[in-house]
Amino acid sequence: MRTRISLMVGAALLTLTTAAAAQTHLRIGLAEDPDLLDPHQARTFVGRLVFTALCDKLVDIDADLKIVPRLATEWKFAEDGKAITMKLRQGVKFHDGEKFDAAAAKYNLERALTLPESRRKSEVAAIASVDVVDDYTIRMNLKTPSSPLLAQLTDRAGMMVSPKAAKEMGAGLAKNPVCSGPFKFVERVQNDRIVLERFADYWNKGQVHFDKVTFLPIPDATVRLANLQSGQLDLLERLLPTDIAAVKADKRLMLNPVVGLGYASFSINVGQTERAKTPLGQDKRVREAVELAIDRNIINQVVFNGEFTVGNQPVAPNNPFYAKTRPVPKRDVAKAKELLKAAGVSNLAFEMNVPNDTQQQQVAQVIQGMLAEAGITMKIVSMEFATVLQNQTKRNYQASLVGWSGRPDPDGNMHIFLKHGAPLNETDYNNPEVGKLLDAARETYDVAKRQALYTKAAELYLDDRPIVYLYHQKWLFVHSAKLAGFKPLPDAMIRLEGVKLQ
Amino acid sequence: MWAYFLGRLAIAVPTLFIVTIIVFGLQHLLPGDPALALLGEDRSPEAYEEVRRQYNLDKPVPVQYALWLGNALTGDLGASLRTKKPVTELILEKLPVTIQLALMSMTIALLIGIPTGILSAVKKDSLWDYAANVLGLSGQSVPTFWLGIMLILLFSVRWGLLPASGYVSPFESPLENLQAMIMPAFVLGAALAAVMMRHTRGAMLSVLRSDYVRTARAKGLNERRVVLRHALRNALIPIITLGALQLGQLLSGAVLTEQVFTIPGFGKLIVDAVFNRDYAVVQGVVLVTATAYIGLNLMADMAYFLVNPRLRG
Repeated sequence: MRTRISLMVGAALLTLTTAAAAQTHLRIGLAEDPDLLDPHQARTFVGRLVFTALCDKLVDIDADLKIVPRLATEWKFAEDGKAITMKLRQGVKFHDGEKFDAAAAKYNLERALTLPESRRKSEVAAIASVDVVDDYTIRMNLKTPSSPLLAQLTDRAGMMVSPKAAKEMGAGLAKNPVCSGPFKFVERVQNDRIVLERFADYWNKGQVHFDKVTFLPIPDATVRLANLQSGQLDLLERLLPTDIAAVKADKRLMLNPVVGLGYASFSINVGQTERAKTPLGQDKRVREAVELAIDRNIINQVVFNGEFTVGNQPVAPNNPFYAKTRPVPKRDVAKAKELLKAAGVSNLAFEMNVPNDTQQQQVAQVIQGMLAEAGITMKIVSMEFATVLQNQTKRNYQASLVGWSGRPDPDGNMHIFLKHGAPLNETDYNNPEVGKLLDAARETYDVAKRQALYTKAAELYLDDRPIVYLYHQKWLFVHSAKLAGFKPLPDAMIRLEGVKLQ
Repeated sequence: MWAYFLGRLAIAVPTLFIVTIIVFGLQHLLPGDPALALLGEDRSPEAYEEVRRQYNLDKPVPVQYALWLGNALTGDLGASLRTKKPVTELILEKLPVTIQLALMSMTIALLIGIPTGILSAVKKDSLWDYAANVLGLSGQSVPTFWLGIMLILLFSVRWGLLPASGYVSPFESPLENLQAMIMPAFVLGAALAAVMMRHTRGAMLSVLRSDYVRTARAKGLNERRVVLRHALRNALIPIITLGALQLGQLLSGAVLTEQVFTIPGFGKLIVDAVFNRDYAVVQGVVLVTATAYIGLNLMADMAYFLVNPRLRG
């Protein structure tokens, strides 16, 4: 019996080692199962991690958030800023063998704009029409000048699907995506895996070093890490900050973090609806007192082992559009108490809606503790994420702990939240001047001028405090020490060109 | 017996109907809007209205139910809001995984639970009995997710013997399938074995005290025959009921275990669906698990007839 068991164990080990010896298979552990695998219909953050291997896009960002060529090799803006002309890469094929050209690019941008199921409509809303100039040149005619548009095209809005496949399958393309990226779709088993294989006709195939890529959704962070430690994964995303020490101590693993584009914050209902009618919602001195009672570094230390980046604006302090005139404020409990007194508020109490995941709960508890020291009572109301969102859209909240996954262009972190009437302005914040400044920055291509406009806007909305920004998440990637060449960028997309297993 | 069986079958249909109404109603009582859960960050009022229209979420709940029921009667359980995959396809994809896990766990539970239960009843108050009780109590009180993570850390991370999580179809590789399933099946089986053991022990103890067992012993039958043929048969009735209920529970998905070991079965499917307010998936899965429950109970009723001759009269 004993010999039989050891034989079985031996056989098991043998299969494991032979599988590892092939080494052209990359296995990536994801924190969630992606939704629809059609770049125009997809909604989730996690889906974007898969798309970069599957779908190539017009332009990309680099580590400094500058726009760099991908399928578009060069571009230029019209004098009045109301058109962008793009030259396209030649010799690019889709996974079904179709040719990528100006007509295909036009089809894709129009699909993003008009497919009923498209979730990209608002991202490319600036485009009025697309002209085919010649076989490999397109011109996007814009309704107004739009500086964020190029940055949008570095994400799913700029990903190109095969027009032939898209016309045949319509919205059904999500089940069998056909793009032009380095890997093509093989199969998907929901909640289990997404399998891609090398695309032989990829235009940049010299940089592709895997025959097969498998994405495995493993929601439990501990189990995800265990899979990496035991060699069933080569790369994982979203390590728990509390596991950082263990990863650093393990020579077989490498931590590869990058500061993300998003922010964590709490929104305050400052409008005119029923639940906004509190001292917190109506008096900005009270909101300032709340902010002054909070030490962001403590949140970072306690909940995130000091690994995240504290911040007080919609963009991180290292972002070129960070308003340098407004650095992260220091905690000042005495001043907070003074402000409350000046506002004539004693025993301030309010409710904060908090999604019921462990980290968000911890952040809320740390805030609660710090506020208590300033005599402010914050009640944590725990609910599921979907319910937090619902309460926000119905304005059924006083404060709500949420964040934003972030966009490469600063406009994507500000305009939709801070302009009155904008789609995600769920605080009902209304400062017409801020709206004007954000509109102007959106229509300006000159970086220095945009910086000035964003700084002016920041000085207003940071005083009004409809949203209190707390920190910027880092995307904590961990991979086997054998994996070389992986450089995560702030948008967290997994770019596999140049990456190999040694 | 057949009349009884048909009677039970006739009750099953309205039961299922009521279950679907209750589940449909309860889902709509949950806070959290499916359209918002679907849209997440892209929840602009425009997109929101469009999604509500697309998925009939703007219609009154009874109308939504009628639409669902009408389609369900023709075998169409709708499509997942999140991935647009037809619910029947999802169920067919996940059901074999869950059935395999359930059967493996049940086998482990029966193989451990019943012999230890008999042993500790027969050797009551002996060292065997105490040991089995301690084992049983720990099996019941150790949380499955904790046991799961401990096993992963030992067998996968430390010893590298088994994959830490995931699932491989037996048609792809029977060996890898077993490697992937053995830990989750053991975790589930261990907890069930504890319950089985305690029930077997209790049932055996009461049967062993009964008159007919004393008579059997007085007739001079050997102890082995008394225990296994005379006592165990009667003691099995409550254990069959328990086993059927537990198997039903296993088929509705072992939520925590599937989550820890990332087994793509019913448990994960339904939890994800509830969190995403994916009504059609929840509804479809509940329909299937309710059917399984009712079916298993029917089978348990049939099994009583087989083990207990008195019921056949």
